[in-house]
Amino acid sequence: MKKQWWKALAVILIIYSIIAGFLGDVPRRDILNETIRNLYFHVSMWFAMIAMMGASVTFSIINLSNNKLETDQRARLFAEMGLVFSILGLLTGMLWAKFTWGAFWTNDPKLNGTAITMLIYFAYFILRQSLEDSEKRARISGVYNIFAFVLMIIFIGILPRLTDSLHPGNGGNPAFSQYDLDHNMRLVFYPAVIGWILFGVWIVQIRLRVATLSNHVLP
Amino acid sequence: MLKEIVALLKKDLLLEFRQRNALFSVLLFVVCTVYVAHLIFSSIRDVRTWNALFWVIVVFACIHTASKSFSHERENRFWYYYQLARPQALILSKIIYNTLLTWLVSLITFLLFSLFLGNVLKDQSHFILVIVLGTANFSSILTVVSAIASKTNNNITLMAVLSMPLLLPSVIIIVKASQLALMQMTVTQNASFLLALAALSALVCAMGYLLFPYLWRE
Repeated sequence: MKKQWWKALAVILIIYSIIAGFLGDVPRRDILNETIRNLYFHVSMWFAMIAMMGASVTFSIINLSNNKLETDQRARLFAEMGLVFSILGLLTGMLWAKFTWGAFWTNDPKLNGTAITMLIYFAYFILRQSLEDSEKRARISGVYNIFAFVLMIIFIGILPRLTDSLHPGNGGNPAFSQYDLDHNMRLVFYPAVIGWILFGVWIVQIRLRVATLSNHVLP
Repeated sequence: MLKEIVALLKKDLLLEFRQRNALFSVLLFVVCTVYVAHLIFSSIRDVRTWNALFWVIVVFACIHTASKSFSHERENRFWYYYQLARPQALILSKIIYNTLLTWLVSLITFLLFSLFLGNVLKDQSHFILVIVLGTANFSSILTVVSAIASKTNNNITLMAVLSMPLLLPSVIIIVKASQLALMQMTVTQNASFLLALAALSALVCAMGYLLFPYLWRE
């Protein structure tokens, strides 16, 4: 039981972020109003997604040097979990956009970044499906994973700075960026991020155990 | 290293010169699509449409060009190359070769486009600079992806699936850059996009250099 404390922590942090997220006090801002609470649920999904993708690419790099099937399985499962978080982040974001911008989808650099990230990881899974031999699959999809991840990070990092975004904090929109993220909001937001990341790691661990016990190599 | 790259590049160019199938099939594709566009539009005055259509044709022509870079020779012959040269030399020579090929293809596309659909540009050299940097970027990404796709069974379909999401970031930057070029801006006003493109190509080449040795091992 001593090693299981982080699972309890994950559940407690998520429940705390949901309760405090809906009941806590938030700053009043134009346009955003009460929808500012979406920060706790929407933005934490992206943080968790980046953490999952980062873990996936780390295992891909390790796999290139040690060639163990288990490392590849970890890379694959973390990528899948990242994709789940990105879908959740997209849905929460679209709902929020409908109420603040009046449309589910706009031509915004950050939305383009999301779309590209999801397409990249769908392509990664299609690549995996089309390779039969598990060792070859591990190596080749690992190379694609690393290549795609670096381009994705560059894209998410650079392009929004070259153009204006509708997102809060860009192009003069009211925001919760570094300097005006309210102190009370930080107290809910960071626990939510940590909680979701731990929760993702937990799911990956269970999925890996199920696959190992059933002696099944995931494509 | 440099000697190996030059030798491999020479081999590729000679092979292309003797067979001529890769270049001519892409050129035929470009001529056909531009002519279809001419039949539909007759001539385009709107800058945005002109820009969009031009880059759609160039992107697909580039994918077409690069998809053959690792599959037009037998796999066994690559084993022979790896005995003679380092894998890094092979990927860099392929990137350079594809870049030369796509430059030729895209500049011909530009000429045909100006001929059939009209040319709204005042400053031709600025737009040509965008084409040169943009297609160099495309071909570096596409070469690495085609190395990955060539290891699978259905590499033609997979090539498009794998490369499209990776090309989108550069497509967005390129379209913005060429929009500025079309709007008669100067090169200095466009510098941030052009620098971003050049830096992205350098990064992709570095990634190919680091990752390709893991790809060729069977």
